Amino acid sequence: MPEYSGPLPLPTPETRPFWEAARRHELSLQRCRTCGAHVFYPRAVCPRCLGADLEWRRVSGRGRLHTFTVVYRGARNFPLPAPYVIAIVELDEGPRMMTNLVGIAPDPAKITIGIPVEVVFEDVSPEVALPRFRPA
Amino acid sequence: MSGRVAIVGAAEADEHGKLPHKSAFQLHAEAARNALADAGLRKDAVDAVFSAGLWMGSETAEYLGIRPRYVDGTQIGGCSFIAHVEHAMAAIAAGLCEVALITHGESGASRIGMPGTRFGPDSWRLQFEQPFGLAGPPTGYALAAARHMHEFGTTSEQLAEVAVATRKWAQLNPRALMRDPLTVADVLASRMISWPLHLLDCCLVTDAGGAVVVTSAERARDCPQRPVYVLGTGEASTHVMVSQMPDFARWDAARMAGERAFAMAGVTPADVDVAQVYDAFTIVPIMALEALGFCREGEGGAFVAGQRTAPGGDFPMNTNGGGLSYTHSGMYGMFTLVEAVRQLRGECGLRQVAGARIALCHGLGGMFSAAATLIAGTEVP
Repeated sequence: MPEYSGPLPLPTPETRPFWEAARRHELSLQRCRTCGAHVFYPRAVCPRCLGADLEWRRVSGRGRLHTFTVVYRGARNFPLPAPYVIAIVELDEGPRMMTNLVGIAPDPAKITIGIPVEVVFEDVSPEVALPRFRPA
Repeated sequence: MSGRVAIVGAAEADEHGKLPHKSAFQLHAEAARNALADAGLRKDAVDAVFSAGLWMGSETAEYLGIRPRYVDGTQIGGCSFIAHVEHAMAAIAAGLCEVALITHGESGASRIGMPGTRFGPDSWRLQFEQPFGLAGPPTGYALAAARHMHEFGTTSEQLAEVAVATRKWAQLNPRALMRDPLTVADVLASRMISWPLHLLDCCLVTDAGGAVVVTSAERARDCPQRPVYVLGTGEASTHVMVSQMPDFARWDAARMAGERAFAMAGVTPADVDVAQVYDAFTIVPIMALEALGFCREGEGGAFVAGQRTAPGGDFPMNTNGGGLSYTHSGMYGMFTLVEAVRQLRGECGLRQVAGARIALCHGLGGMFSAAATLIAGTEVP
């Protein structure tokens, strides 16, 4: 695998299961056993009810494009060439996450907020696979 | 609390722009010295120090040789200094201090002597945003602008109206850095940074400083300048990272802050004579005007159309030229306070809003994460 030049996440105890699941190309979120809310980003307490009884669950990996931007002046050392698309995806289970929208031209005129999307993992290092999304 | 304290000194650092020969702390110090001179107060009178953008909130006190008995380093982004006025008001009213010095200094362009604020690879930001190529503030604000356009039909032309109106005010301010004529077409033709935001939808990046001095209304009457009374304040925080923004088309923190500020002041948006609304990007004032109740939800784009916020328009906003054309060090909120004070004192020369008696300052923190609102007036209600 060629050396990846972009920023790589270093998991903390709360987030390690998320990144370990991503390595298996599975999208996994916490779910609060007290109030039923799905939680993202991962944490030690539920941000809705402060319950501490959180279980990890593999989720569908499907959602909708909530908003996006096409980045023309890209981040330093980021390996995707500009223009690229940063998206906020609202997962079917509720939480929203930042990601890249791939598999579509990075042209604002061709991207529509609300389209269905699905997760696709990219192995960027031996330890890390990043969850990106493509039109479903 | 309304009218209990006043701003009695307000000033900027000696110069601003690109200043590689000055550290961030020198900019704090210049502004502090100038604001105290404006207030007619000696350094020894200061018993409370407030600042943001530091490692420790007390760093400026050490640099200035002040030993405060009240320190506040609240850091909620660029609106922190407006929140500091609220905190100073509460502390003064509680008898914990008498004279509050609030300073800002930032080497935003030259990065000289800046306190360290780097995020480690195990921070939430580095784990859940940076891996996707988040390229600084424009990317984050673009996500909100795109959603606002999607929900409400806001247009790029309406965004550009903000930049154009603000430039017209800058042309009346000799200290403003960007004073060339600007048209909506110029904004739309400028290079795209992060769609839908063009280069000229984005604020400047400069080295600058500012400071204000706050004391009780009683003590303010002994100061040389006409007191600017704090009539109402509010602050709120809803998230930190843009990906956690509860509603990308609505600035919830601004609504929360504004509601308290107007209620405390006992005034309505219609009573505001001049507004200083943090304009890091053109979308920000549009969402602020909606959240603060100057117009209805979704109508911010129509509100700013037709150069309504420009000189001669019926809603004078960002009369110093704003972050878009005057200066933007990174945490611009301090400059909303300085300009509001000058407008209420009638010191603004060509850009003076005639008869301004009530001013609004509204600050932005993080990625629409926090907000602070202050309503000031020339008289105690």
